[in-house]
Amino acid sequence: MKCQRCDKEAHFHITELTGPKPVEIHLCQDCVREYLSENPNEAVAAAGAAASLAQQMLQQMAVSQTAEELEKLDKLSCPVCGITYFQFRTQGRLGCAHDYTCFRKELENLLVHIHGENQHYGKRPSRPAKHSQLLTTLIRLRREMQQAIAEEKYELAGQIRDEIRHIENQVKNHPG
Amino acid sequence: MTIDDLLRKRGEWLRGEGPESDIVVSTRIRLARNLAEFPFASRASQQDREKIEEVIRQVVSQSPFFKDVLFVEVDKISELDRQFLVERQLMSREHAEASHPRALVIHPTERFSLMINEEDHLRIQAVQSGLNLEACWQLVNEVDDEIEKHVVYAFDEKFGYLTACPTNAGTGMRVSVMLHMPALGMARQIEKVFRSLQKLSLAVRGLYGEGSQAMGELYQISNQITLGRSEQEILKNIGDIIPSILNYEREARAFLLKESRDQLHDRISRAYGILRTAQMISSEEAMHLLSSVRMGVMLGLIEDLDIPFLNDLFLHVQPAHLQKLVGTELDGDDRNLERARFLREQLNRRASAGQQKSQSI
Repeated sequence: MKCQRCDKEAHFHITELTGPKPVEIHLCQDCVREYLSENPNEAVAAAGAAASLAQQMLQQMAVSQTAEELEKLDKLSCPVCGITYFQFRTQGRLGCAHDYTCFRKELENLLVHIHGENQHYGKRPSRPAKHSQLLTTLIRLRREMQQAIAEEKYELAGQIRDEIRHIENQVKNHPG
Repeated sequence: MTIDDLLRKRGEWLRGEGPESDIVVSTRIRLARNLAEFPFASRASQQDREKIEEVIRQVVSQSPFFKDVLFVEVDKISELDRQFLVERQLMSREHAEASHPRALVIHPTERFSLMINEEDHLRIQAVQSGLNLEACWQLVNEVDDEIEKHVVYAFDEKFGYLTACPTNAGTGMRVSVMLHMPALGMARQIEKVFRSLQKLSLAVRGLYGEGSQAMGELYQISNQITLGRSEQEILKNIGDIIPSILNYEREARAFLLKESRDQLHDRISRAYGILRTAQMISSEEAMHLLSSVRMGVMLGLIEDLDIPFLNDLFLHVQPAHLQKLVGTELDGDDRNLERARFLREQLNRRASAGQQKSQSI
């Protein structure tokens, strides 16, 4: 049986007799602690645990996948910052803006879990979103250039440098 | 301006003014932003962080909008100064405790600050005294626009502003309203309010944010949802719910006054008495007692004090402020001695000034 407050296995089966009718409650080890300490400060602390909300949601999503699917997904890595889906899933933090493209399908689901929605409304920067994507590719290009220099492939490094300049000029010359 | 110059100033959030300031201490909005051309914090190298800091430093030094701000390299100041800035709500505990290159930009009025290299590259924060959602949004929006003239933010048509943690994506906006709710605490009604807020996707936190305890009966209520709703909708959502919470607290105060005025008056007077006579006191106890006294002033049970003065004491009894006021670093027991001495001096001076005034009339 699963815990009523999260998706872990319920180890505690409580019959609450304080109300007008007995109520059965099934909780896991973590949630039972929360449940038993009902005072204002604990309530505040419990609300504060929202920091790890993303992690909780990610774990929940992982449970609903088959081991095979998950294994494949976990190996997925971002070409820009190098973070793997497994790293994201366990740390709850993304590595760069491109992760939102790289893990797009998973994030669409995750964001609905967290916010009930995954389409942004509201303020937007005055510059086109395309500039944002172009500049994020610089993260990869800069790393590749450094690597080329380290390997003494100077011609390649020069080519990458030109590419970086090209992108920088593109963004600079068309602001918004 | 230096960090020490802030010590004698009240700071925006403690002015004790603005709408509903009998309960609402302050309104705070922060926006999470990242620069498109750098990896997020978890994948950023030392060099990336230094560059990010440099980019923002350039923006701040070139734009007249940021004239007179203080630029603090957080990794280069003392532990005491870091704690001091956290106590003033100018930066988060996480920002104080990190170990990588990071910075803080403070406007002299303390109405806005920028955290650089926190969980996101940039956290823009604006604060207003009392319940002032619209003014606070206008200010933080203006600061955001000003920075955006010079940088390209990570932004996606679908997901909005991209953040290191998906819980902040979209608007990147967190609105926090800080409330002083001693009566709901006394009437043991506060959990009920919290539970109903959680159902509305609003979070309740203590004075210093996530996971912190509700010291001095101060609570922060903030939105959880940042994506799929516009900034105006998020503001409206919080703006609509606050009056009913204020109502609960006011009803609880009225109830306590009506049903147990003598006990309440006794409790508040004892709190005042302890603050004026104690020889050693911890910051938790001081804040708890000041909270009762603050309510006493609001209910007219204590007449010789005012709210801005009490707000100052709330801040000055905290460890880093106290040590900076005394001018030396102190350990626990010495701090408790100095704190009690400070409170006796401040409160007795006020009381005797009040007496003189009434005698001369």
